[in-house]
Amino acid sequence: MADSQAYDAPSVVKERQKRARMRRNIFYIALLAVGLVAPFLAYPVFLMKILCFALFACAFNLLLGYAGLLSFGHAAFLATGGYVTGYLLASYPGLTPEMGIIGGTLMATLLGVLFGVLSIRRQGIYFAMVTLALAQLMFFVFVQSSFTGGEDGLHGVPRGDLFGVINLSSNLAMYYFVLAVFIFGFAVIQRTVHSPFGQVLKAIRENEPRAVSLGYNVDAYKLLAFVLSAALAGLAGSTKTVVFQLASLTDAHWHMSGEVILMTLLGGVGTLLGPLMGAGIVVSLQHILAQSPLGNWVSVILGIIFVLCVLSFRSGIVGELDKMYRKNFK
Amino acid sequence: MRADDVLNGPVLETRGLTKEFRGFTAVDNVNLSVQEGHIHALIGPNGAGKTTFFNLLTKFLPPTRGEIIYRGKPITSKKSNEIAQLGLVRSFQISAVFAHMTALENVRVALQRQLGTSFHFWKSEKTLDHLNERALELLEEVGLREYADTLTVEMPYGRKRALEVATTLALDPTMMLLDEPTQGMGAEDVDRIVALIKRVSKGRTVLMVEHNLSVVSRLCDRITVLARGAVLAEGDYDEVSRNPLVREAYMGSDAAEEEAAV
Repeated sequence: MADSQAYDAPSVVKERQKRARMRRNIFYIALLAVGLVAPFLAYPVFLMKILCFALFACAFNLLLGYAGLLSFGHAAFLATGGYVTGYLLASYPGLTPEMGIIGGTLMATLLGVLFGVLSIRRQGIYFAMVTLALAQLMFFVFVQSSFTGGEDGLHGVPRGDLFGVINLSSNLAMYYFVLAVFIFGFAVIQRTVHSPFGQVLKAIRENEPRAVSLGYNVDAYKLLAFVLSAALAGLAGSTKTVVFQLASLTDAHWHMSGEVILMTLLGGVGTLLGPLMGAGIVVSLQHILAQSPLGNWVSVILGIIFVLCVLSFRSGIVGELDKMYRKNFK
Repeated sequence: MRADDVLNGPVLETRGLTKEFRGFTAVDNVNLSVQEGHIHALIGPNGAGKTTFFNLLTKFLPPTRGEIIYRGKPITSKKSNEIAQLGLVRSFQISAVFAHMTALENVRVALQRQLGTSFHFWKSEKTLDHLNERALELLEEVGLREYADTLTVEMPYGRKRALEVATTLALDPTMMLLDEPTQGMGAEDVDRIVALIKRVSKGRTVLMVEHNLSVVSRLCDRITVLARGAVLAEGDYDEVSRNPLVREAYMGSDAAEEEAAV
């Protein structure tokens, strides 16, 4: 047989992986540098909005891109994180912002467990429907509850002092904190994707019956992916509340669940940087269009972009760039 | 090899196994027993219920009635993945590989379950690297070492089936269920897979669905013929091929002469 020739696969594989890792690290360092100087070039609040939504989209992408599950109810986690953090910080002045954020994230995680247990056995469109229904239920809860301020939402949430030391009322300090939160969330996702768990998740997405026949309890793996995604979406919501000092029903509305799908698909589902790109584009477009005479047409324009994206470049911007890179430089 | 738990009875046994789909009986009261160390073939015309029977054994479908006994213990109420954990591992009719993973990763994902770290999302995948050596051995065993670094989607069809065997072997199964392992292959690939099955079945039990009678005659110790969901005949190749009922139902009377001569 042909395989008798001297062939040392592991070292070849390792060498290639090492080079790929190095290239990736250089790229991330460059990206980090951009993140560090950005607030001197653009309005920090605008950048923070992008980062919060980017984290939200990254969390969503972990579920859709790496576990193959399309949730249509992720707004519930964003909103839960936001409301709980807002409520904690507004009602307990002694709490520092990071405590509020941890509280909000934990609540979103718990909700993720509940949603996941109820929905994870369903496949495809049924899974999307169950998550949508549950998220609508949460919307109703937020409208009716007193702690959320109902239709008015929560306002005037104090930013406070981070760890009781760093005052966050300056936008620059706030920005660097948000950047750190984003990097943390991004690192968690990056590690999850490249972990033993990530390997099994990939196998399940590639061929679920085969993964079952290898002895994996696929529902348990999907559930963990769902809960991680919910937790990070909650983290995004919590952080956003501290930045804007408010939490409102907009975050809980199903529009928000749709918007995160748009961001992820536009940027590139299943790519690590796609959601960041997608969130950047969508938030910028909303920002620019809101100030132009086309202000009322925001959803129409986003809708057209969405249709174009699905029709002509399905793997999203980062996905297409990645394909081009592979074609021309490998 | 699992010399410690050799049993004197059958490894796998079904009693009155039945599957009904809204009035249509796909598998009808099947009593089958597979002896330790045998390569046992399940043959029958299209629609005889062979694949459904496989799905029942591995609980991809719940049986309507009947019992499945594996190594002396009932497994009728177990889940698919639990059955795999007991060492009863199936393959699929359509090649079941993880297309966008390399051949090495395909095998490694089967090996990694035993580590017990498969839920550890905070660990690096580098912690799996020590499994590479064993994975390469398994690839070597099925003649795929040179493909270790190749994405499975880019491999030829016959090689994908071989990869599937390597992945199954990674679990060190007591018993392998192979669903048409040579389906859709050219003659050269068929020979390779036959040799491979013969080699890897040492010390294991194999139950296979197979259409290609020349493969069955070369490999199998015992044959069960299914027709319309029920057992029509059982025996070794000579007995079964002489059985007039089998000729009638399975081969059609004329073709039977030709096929038997192969």
